[in-house]
Amino acid sequence: MIIGKGKSIKDILAMIENHSKIIVAGCRGCVTVCAAGGEKEVGILSAALSLARGKDGKPIEIKEVTLERQCDSEYLESIRSFVDEYEAVVSIACGAGVQFMAEKFRKIPLYPGIDTNFIGVTEAQGVWTERCQACGDCKLHITGGICPISRCAKSLFNGPCGGSAKGKCEVNPEVDCGWQLIYDRLKELGKLDQLEIIIPINDWSNSRDGGPRKIIREDLTL
Amino acid sequence: MAGCMEGNCHYLTGNLRARKRVEYTKKILDEIGIGGERLEMYNMSAAQGPRFVEIANEMTERIKKLGPNPIKLAASTKSEEGAQKEREECFV
Repeated sequence: MIIGKGKSIKDILAMIENHSKIIVAGCRGCVTVCAAGGEKEVGILSAALSLARGKDGKPIEIKEVTLERQCDSEYLESIRSFVDEYEAVVSIACGAGVQFMAEKFRKIPLYPGIDTNFIGVTEAQGVWTERCQACGDCKLHITGGICPISRCAKSLFNGPCGGSAKGKCEVNPEVDCGWQLIYDRLKELGKLDQLEIIIPINDWSNSRDGGPRKIIREDLTL
Repeated sequence: MAGCMEGNCHYLTGNLRARKRVEYTKKILDEIGIGGERLEMYNMSAAQGPRFVEIANEMTERIKKLGPNPIKLAASTKSEEGAQKEREECFV
């Protein structure tokens, strides 16, 4: 899922400084699971903003909404009937959700209430870690299910660099060396011979280097 | 906020988790200028009457020192300003 983290309330207060009637919009998708932008966080943020503005003698009216998803038109449409009654929207969905809402409601300023960080997993309650960089050309079948792009700081394709020491990465001693993980996993699987497969130079045009990406499934389009 | 003694929670770790959430709430209160020191979590058992009194007095003293909730202050200043303005307009 997409992992995000709430922006500081001070930053959000600065964004909405000139508004007195806003919507705080959450999303029931990924950001609910990573406790950054769900219904609960909408409530906490709205209360904090309201208290802070009350203290400054500039009360603010806040409508709290949490959409099923902000990355799908049909759910965004659910706020169309009242969105124009407000001066701005603070969206605490991921960057995709904020942008899609901005595209749909062109007359109202949209402010991001969270920072979108990475595609990752819930490693333990309250702990999320990165697993995927959406490079568009998955190689997990060669590397034992561990991604050399997201798990290696240098995104090396054919073995570790000289900075790998005692299974840890030179970038941060608390971070596992991605290639150590790959080696260990292949060993567990009895497939160490896969290390001899040379992964060729990558075609990064499938990744961000090719600009914003698009997928069209002709069988699904209307 | 009062919880049972650590290790004695009916919900095992409920009071430990509550403490973490109180700390988080204090951070928010600090960030928005209300003041995290207005909230505190204490652990005590039902048999600690004198300790409860001690804590109640401690918090009362602390709150008195901190003064009224700044939101109320802002609201009353504003209403006072409004009243003053009304008075001035009456004279015009």
